[in-house]
Amino acid sequence: MKSSSAAITQTRNWSRKDLISIRELEIWELEHILDSAAAFKTVGSRDIKKVPALRGKTLVNFFVEPSTRTRTSFELAAFRLSADVVNISASTSSLQKGETLKDTALNLQALHADIIVLRHSSAGAPKFLSERLEASVINAGDGAHEHPTQALLDVFTIRERMGRIAGLNVAIVGDILFSRVARSNIWALKKLGAHVTLVGPSTLVPRSFESIGVSVVRRLDDVLETADVINLLRIQIERQRKEYFPSLNEYIRFFGLTKDRAEKLKPGCLIMHPGPINRGVELDSDLADGPRSVILDQVTNGLAVRMAVLYLCSTAGRKIR
Amino acid sequence: MIQCAVLHITMLPPALRIALKLGRRRHRSSITSAAADAPSLRQSARTALPAAHFEPQRHYRHMQDGTLTIQDGKIIDPATGRNEVANLYVVDGKISSVQPPEGAPVISAEGLVVAPGLIDMHVHFREPGQTHKETIATGSQAAAAGGFTSVVCMPNTSPPTDDPSGVAWILDRARQTACINVFTAGAITRNLGGNEMAPIGSMVQAGIVAITDDGHCVQNHELMRRAVEYARMFDLAVLDHCQDYYLVGNGVVHEGHWSTILGLPGWPRAGEELMVMRNILLAELCGTRIHCQHLSSAGSVRLLRSARGRGVAITGELCPHHIALTDKTISSFDANYKMNPPLRAQEDIDALIEGVAEGTITILASDHAPHATFEKEVEFDQAPFGILGLETELAIFLTILLHREKAISLDQLIAMYTVNPAHLLRLRKGTLRPGADADITLIDPNREWVYEKEKSLSRSRNTPFDGKQFKGRAVRTIVAGKTVWELGTEG
Repeated sequence: MKSSSAAITQTRNWSRKDLISIRELEIWELEHILDSAAAFKTVGSRDIKKVPALRGKTLVNFFVEPSTRTRTSFELAAFRLSADVVNISASTSSLQKGETLKDTALNLQALHADIIVLRHSSAGAPKFLSERLEASVINAGDGAHEHPTQALLDVFTIRERMGRIAGLNVAIVGDILFSRVARSNIWALKKLGAHVTLVGPSTLVPRSFESIGVSVVRRLDDVLETADVINLLRIQIERQRKEYFPSLNEYIRFFGLTKDRAEKLKPGCLIMHPGPINRGVELDSDLADGPRSVILDQVTNGLAVRMAVLYLCSTAGRKIR
Repeated sequence: MIQCAVLHITMLPPALRIALKLGRRRHRSSITSAAADAPSLRQSARTALPAAHFEPQRHYRHMQDGTLTIQDGKIIDPATGRNEVANLYVVDGKISSVQPPEGAPVISAEGLVVAPGLIDMHVHFREPGQTHKETIATGSQAAAAGGFTSVVCMPNTSPPTDDPSGVAWILDRARQTACINVFTAGAITRNLGGNEMAPIGSMVQAGIVAITDDGHCVQNHELMRRAVEYARMFDLAVLDHCQDYYLVGNGVVHEGHWSTILGLPGWPRAGEELMVMRNILLAELCGTRIHCQHLSSAGSVRLLRSARGRGVAITGELCPHHIALTDKTISSFDANYKMNPPLRAQEDIDALIEGVAEGTITILASDHAPHATFEKEVEFDQAPFGILGLETELAIFLTILLHREKAISLDQLIAMYTVNPAHLLRLRKGTLRPGADADITLIDPNREWVYEKEKSLSRSRNTPFDGKQFKGRAVRTIVAGKTVWELGTEG
């Protein structure tokens, strides 16, 4: 499968200057990113963890919404590609003074930023910028819309462990309604041929998701025996108003992956989590550290995937200019 | 006429006198008792008000009132059921049954429809307070270019139009700067806050034609009930932007397939339907005319159909964007597709068109909502709601309702823009009956054209219809017998 996709990519050129959503990607583009990430992953295990691919390029990590792990991952990825990196957060930007997103971004471009990595609480903000800037815009999470690099690192990790994506049963559990991770994962997994089942309370997993070609079930127990991968999303306690479910205890009772439930899992089932984990809520603490957990692999692979994305998009951007 | 007003002012109670002075209103009769029964109270207010509105605009006043013949057009006047090719006579700014004197101008309307001047009962002219978006002057020019001779401004100005001096200011400004008839609605609640009733009676005397908290919705049903009950005393229609705040929350787009995909907060149909139902119940309880603005959902049509079937005084309004566009357009994250209520699914469009065809929805309007480009050019969920409408609405409705869906006849479409809103608001407008004000719109229902937003007469450019092709449009707009807009040869 890898070789066939490589054969296809040889005949096509990456032409996107931006990465906004997984939904809009062609299958070959997805595979091309994953194949490129595999190549970049070897850089991380070398003595000298740096290649000159983006030397002389300027990357701005523009994080309007707080994030540690994604921002650090993009920053390290840029360092390994020899790019110069500037970090801007909402509190240090002129957005605080009422400057519009468009003006802030145009100012960054006027300083010759080549790549803008944007994390924003509003769905669509990266697309909005990408249409107005010559610089590459990489979506690092926009509202509840998409988080493309998270999905790419998730499918990269699955492919690495299982050797394939097609035909796998993947369960995504928890708060789907407000999750950009879930949406990007759904598109990536479906494009690559997996069967996706969403599990969660009816308030957080509305039936409307069935219209985009995934299954929705209400009992975690229904997927345990068939799942090849179980991806537990963080219950965003800080965001959930009380009306979505009555209490954490009740959530755990119905949807927490406890030790008892884990007994029913296939031996080779992967346990994934995009982090940060609420230990003992969506996932039992011991399971998070156990042999089936690939949670830290996800973090490591995130670096490789982001290197691939930065490299590909900046290359296309240069051609356009 | 003015002297007549002065004479009468001395006979009025002090509060009323102040209102009248502020509004420089003419007043033929006085309100003597608050306990007067509805018809007579209503009568007193109404006989006074329209006369003032219907005066020609001040800067035209030095000119002679319009006298002309509109020749060989197809006269369609739904108020009288008239539909025939004939000459229409205008003498001294009024429709006349007698031919104007020799030498009066003649306009050929061969191949055109001669309709009563169209009324858009739902516009935002942003004055006072937000004149970078629109003014009464620019808004009225855009209205004229869309074929409208009368509009009703919504009260969510800055400050809100919630007292008689605000009403008077707008009407005075309109007389000075507008090229068409500009009416205004007043707020239901002070500051559009939904907490206490605005001085509705005083605003009636100052000249409002309806009350509404448009853009907002009174959530307190008891307060709404009292406002509706109070409005009945003045035979005043209550217009409602139907939106339950709890159900809608921070929703910005239709809750459905596309909100699921895009992760944008959803605005469920039930958020509108719940308030449509509320209004039906209150209209039934109080016997007041309640008008549901800009309906967007199939369920609202269903509710309205059954209520009207049993004779409830409830009406509904349709805006062009709600049948021209679906929520699929929001995948562009372009805020020119962001309106309130939101664009919905195809099944809603089908139900709305059916609602028009069967007479459940009886009024067409634009919800013309200008915003500056820089205000719209922000993150989707942070952008203001609303789009321009006046210059495209007639074309969109002709294209969709008449030509494409064949849902209604041209006569019915014209009725929904003339006699129907005039009847709801008790305006002495919307007909070509002899003696009526000579507000006339000439329409070419088959003319194909392309809308270019850069040519808009509005001060704003927030429209999703730039470059769209339409079939049918107004070609000349006549107010009180004088042409205030005419399609140029380039159009």
